[in-house]
Amino acid sequence: MLLLKDIDEPGLNTLPVYEARGGYAALRKALEMTPADVLSELEASGLRGRGGAGFQMGKKVSFLPQGSMDKYLVCNADESEPGTFKDRELMQKNPHLLIEGIVIASYAAGADRSFIYIRGEYVLQADVLDAALAQAREAGYVGEQILGSDHSLSLVVHRGAGAYICGEETGLLDSLEGKRGNPRLKPPFPANQGLYQGPTLINNVETLSTVPAIMTMGAKQYAELGVQTSTGTKLVSISGHVQRPGNYEIELGIPAREIIYGLAGGPPVGSEIKCWFPGGSSAPVLTPDDLDVPYDFDSLAKAGSMLGSGAIIVVDDSTPIVELALKVAMFYRHESCGKCTPCREGTNWTVKMLQRIDSGEATPMDLDIMASVQDHIIGNCLCVLGDAMAMPIGSMIAKFRDEFEAHIEAARARAGLTLGSVPADEQALLAHGTS
Amino acid sequence: MTPVPRLGDDARASGWDRSADPEKDPALIPDPATTDVPAQLRKAIEDAMARYPDSRSAAIPALHAAQELHGWCSPEAIEQVACVMQVTPAYLDSVASFYDMLENHPVGRHSVYVCTNISCSLRGADALLAAIGEAAADDADFNVRSFECLGACDIAPMASVDGVYVGPLSIDDVPQLLDDARSGRPVLPDKQLATRLVADPRANSQQFPPHAVEQGSSR
Repeated sequence: MLLLKDIDEPGLNTLPVYEARGGYAALRKALEMTPADVLSELEASGLRGRGGAGFQMGKKVSFLPQGSMDKYLVCNADESEPGTFKDRELMQKNPHLLIEGIVIASYAAGADRSFIYIRGEYVLQADVLDAALAQAREAGYVGEQILGSDHSLSLVVHRGAGAYICGEETGLLDSLEGKRGNPRLKPPFPANQGLYQGPTLINNVETLSTVPAIMTMGAKQYAELGVQTSTGTKLVSISGHVQRPGNYEIELGIPAREIIYGLAGGPPVGSEIKCWFPGGSSAPVLTPDDLDVPYDFDSLAKAGSMLGSGAIIVVDDSTPIVELALKVAMFYRHESCGKCTPCREGTNWTVKMLQRIDSGEATPMDLDIMASVQDHIIGNCLCVLGDAMAMPIGSMIAKFRDEFEAHIEAARARAGLTLGSVPADEQALLAHGTS
Repeated sequence: MTPVPRLGDDARASGWDRSADPEKDPALIPDPATTDVPAQLRKAIEDAMARYPDSRSAAIPALHAAQELHGWCSPEAIEQVACVMQVTPAYLDSVASFYDMLENHPVGRHSVYVCTNISCSLRGADALLAAIGEAAADDADFNVRSFECLGACDIAPMASVDGVYVGPLSIDDVPQLLDDARSGRPVLPDKQLATRLVADPRANSQQFPPHAVEQGSSR
């Protein structure tokens, strides 16, 4: 327990309680070291980004150019990945942990301006952060010459206005600059040209909130937690058809079964797991056969999915797979910013084809077309929003093809469009589509 | 086969149904001398602009402030923000039309966002949305809409009522939810997210009595 330890302690969101628990000691310790030493601690910890991509945090910091210029640190608190709600709990209950992490990370990166981009729907959490920031500023933890050192940092809490795409780092930067949140072409990467064209470090709330713990316990000890390529602990948001949904802190590498059944109590009595998303709705679905996969970045990648933001959504056998696919596709259609054609059109047509399946107008051939639409989205856009729909939908078609076909036939029968009612030559065409 | 649905002006795609008037010149940056901006709104926008190295970063906070005053991002609201920020109204329109929380049409002053994403819909959010929509259908004060994942799947199905998260909701909660919002009382106090403890039973030490914990974790 590094992040959730005693998180419901009364008044933890205020400075006196946080300090009484040893808060901001990690910052003092960091400021006594050189920025390079702090950076090498972060690198040695093996901490990987908790937002979705799982990139090594220390490496990301080291990509920022040296020298004196305006450098920025942006904390990505636009937590919008369906199924994810871990950052919400951290910010609401322990805001100073995040602020301390930001100040330490900015010291390592040499950044002197920082922003927390929080999604606009998190009104309570943004208010808590604003109040905590005012206290931290007054106590000299944020501002000019922090605790008598040479390091200065300004911090602004920026509220978004409801757009999933602003969780994508370059979309977030455009949004923070006051524009529509359209992703940018990469390279140049934000480490070189990010916010206001300056070098920018972007990290997730949970990643930055872990930084104080690494400074306190030392990188070596932190790296002993978890498994070799996925060190440390991770917050897992578990939801859907489980008995005890919520946030749990786990050591990376424990079997997924232990999280879903052990911690969250498994699906309701009398039902079985049909499939589960291991890392938010953008992750390809896994089946009950995969429940013993260790829950870490590389094991899940090997199993054909991803850890993503660490959000497990459990779906039980009462849910038709077509309905689930339609929900997923409609979300991405709504959230596609429209900048790249494969994503804008692909998400739209996937929804339309799924609706045809449900209304009985589809043929088995449509499944192949739908699968090929997914293949044409992946890797062809500026950002991975389209991929984030294509991967789960593709995995559903691959793993539940029989159910899709049965759904098509059942819906056709309901609509009075059975194979018997079509002319013989068209029947041949339809049969061809299934081969 | 159902025919392709048509929107206004015979358009097939949304967004093209509100056509611009090609006879008119595009609106310029409003003249501060002739544009009337309420002092309170001007101050809110100027404060926001001062927080950023580039004042245009204040676009979203400024539009939020204007929406709070006008109820939605009306042409008048956009013009006032444009005047203070010294940008064109079209630029702000582009921003306002991108984000879900900025309204481009007049709406009721109480917002009820019902999350209908995967986790919530697995637990009955669609029926909940229908029930709230039906119960508030005759009340123009309510802006009931489905919303993409609000980040509270642990209390699914849930809703954000004027920014306050409540859940897990059942259909039986709907009348009280609307009543509370209407009368300005705290909405469903027992079901507010703010008072909820973390789910992980190993997180908290045993020495905190639950009631003290609950009060401490809310603001």
